[in-house]
This record gives sequence, structure tokens and C-alpha cells, in this order.
Amino acid sequence: MDLIVFLVLLALGFFFGRMAESRHYKRIRNRERAYRRLLVMPQRIPPIEFARHDSTLVTGSVVISVDYFKTVAAGLRTLFGGRVGAYESLLDRARREAVLRLQEDAKRVGADAVYNLKFETSRIGQNAGNALGSVEVLAYGTALMPTQAMREQRIAQRNQAH
Amino acid sequence: MLISNMEVVPGKKIVQHLGLVQGSTVRAKHAGRDIMAGLKNIFGGELKGYTELLHDSREEAMERLQQQAQALGANAVINVRFSTSSIAAGASEIFVYGTAVVVEDR
Repeated sequence: MDLIVFLVLLALGFFFGRMAESRHYKRIRNRERAYRRLLVMPQRIPPIEFARHDSTLVTGSVVISVDYFKTVAAGLRTLFGGRVGAYESLLDRARREAVLRLQEDAKRVGADAVYNLKFETSRIGQNAGNALGSVEVLAYGTALMPTQAMREQRIAQRNQAH
Repeated sequence: MLISNMEVVPGKKIVQHLGLVQGSTVRAKHAGRDIMAGLKNIFGGELKGYTELLHDSREEAMERLQQQAQALGANAVINVRFSTSSIAAGASEIFVYGTAVVVEDR
């Protein structure tokens, strides 16, 4: 009986987990394409062209859970050692999603770029025992927005070009 | 108030350092959300409830940081860092800290 429950959970995890992951990756790739022009940089100090910009902190965060199949697969992996692919893709998705949400936040404040990007990763969920239940990734950085005077100047330049 | 995680503020001059300011909250998870989380541990995917919970906690920690900075007479907090730690089963602390400063237009 226990074995049947285990196998059903494994199958559910495998199919739904795989579906959720490929859907998520597709969504991530589409949004990354859309946000490619909004620079997000880990450099501590922005270059000189941002010397007069306004600045503010922007953040993006996501909590994402691993599926049952991957928990089991990762558990088996710890017997032999080596790369745990199941968790790698989870963390990859979480980081990229967090950066995308940071970019959304930056777009909301009208930023030209985000500098000093930092990540913060933490484990959530004790109900999973020793295994990884879910992770939270927070991405934060300083958004640099053009000042009112700069915006007016840009509009004037654009009008002149026409 | 200007909040930034850089140690300099573009276009501004730091005229006074007022020292470390901090804000923190400890949050416990919601039982109902925990059931949802248990389901998600089978199917995988985002735990929206937790994302929101942590986001709200972080906002509150930021608010406390800003209150401290305001009490010191600062108009900006620079070099802001976040830190999360699970201090007990089901409860985690969200901590934010930075340097309170007074900035002036250059």
C-alpha cells in the first residue's frame, strides 16, 4: 500500500513537475527577451554616465518548491555523490525569476539600469525533513532613474531629430 | 527617504555619517499555507503565499529601518543589506541593515 502511494506521488511529481518546469522556463525566456534592454549589473559603482541619476532600492523575490520526484532523485544522488541536477534547475529558475521581478520593479520606477545586484538565498520549509523543501531567492540592487531635467532634455532631443 | 545598496549616491554628496540602522521581523508560517506548501512539494512550482509573506515581512523590516534613520535625522540609508535566517521550525527572521547618512545635492 505504502509502495503504491509512493509510486503515485513519484509519477505525479514527475509529470506535473516536468510540465511546471518547462512552462516556467518558457515564461522566463520570453520575459528575459522583453527586459533585455534594462541593464542589470553586479558592478558596485555605476559608470560616469549615471553620475547625476536619481537612485532607489529595487527588489524581486520568489519562493519556489521542488517536486516529489526531484526530492527522491536528489535523495538517491546523495548516496553516490556528484551533480544534483534536480536542485540546479530549481535554483536557476528561482534566480532568473527573482531578477525578472527586480526588473519589473525597476521598470515601474522608470529606471535606465540597475547596479550593485546582490542575491540572497534561503531554505524554507522544515516539513521536508533534511531534503530541500523550497527555496527563497531575493535579488536586490540600486535602480538609477533619469531626473526630471534629463527626461525633458531627452524629449527635446527626440523632437529635434524629427 | 533615499534607500540604496551602493556605498555612494550618484549626484549627491554624503555630508554626515550617522551609523548603523537596522530593522527586523520574525514571521511564522500560516497553517493553511503549509498545507498548500505540502501539495507543492509533490507537484513543484511557486509558493505564492510564501512569496507574499516574505515580501510583506521585508517591507515591514524596511519600515523599521527607515524609522530608525529618521529618528537620527538622516535623509538616506546607503549600503543596505538583507539577511534571512530560520531561527526555529516554521519561523524565520528577516533582517535589513544599512548606514544612515545625510546627503546633499552636489
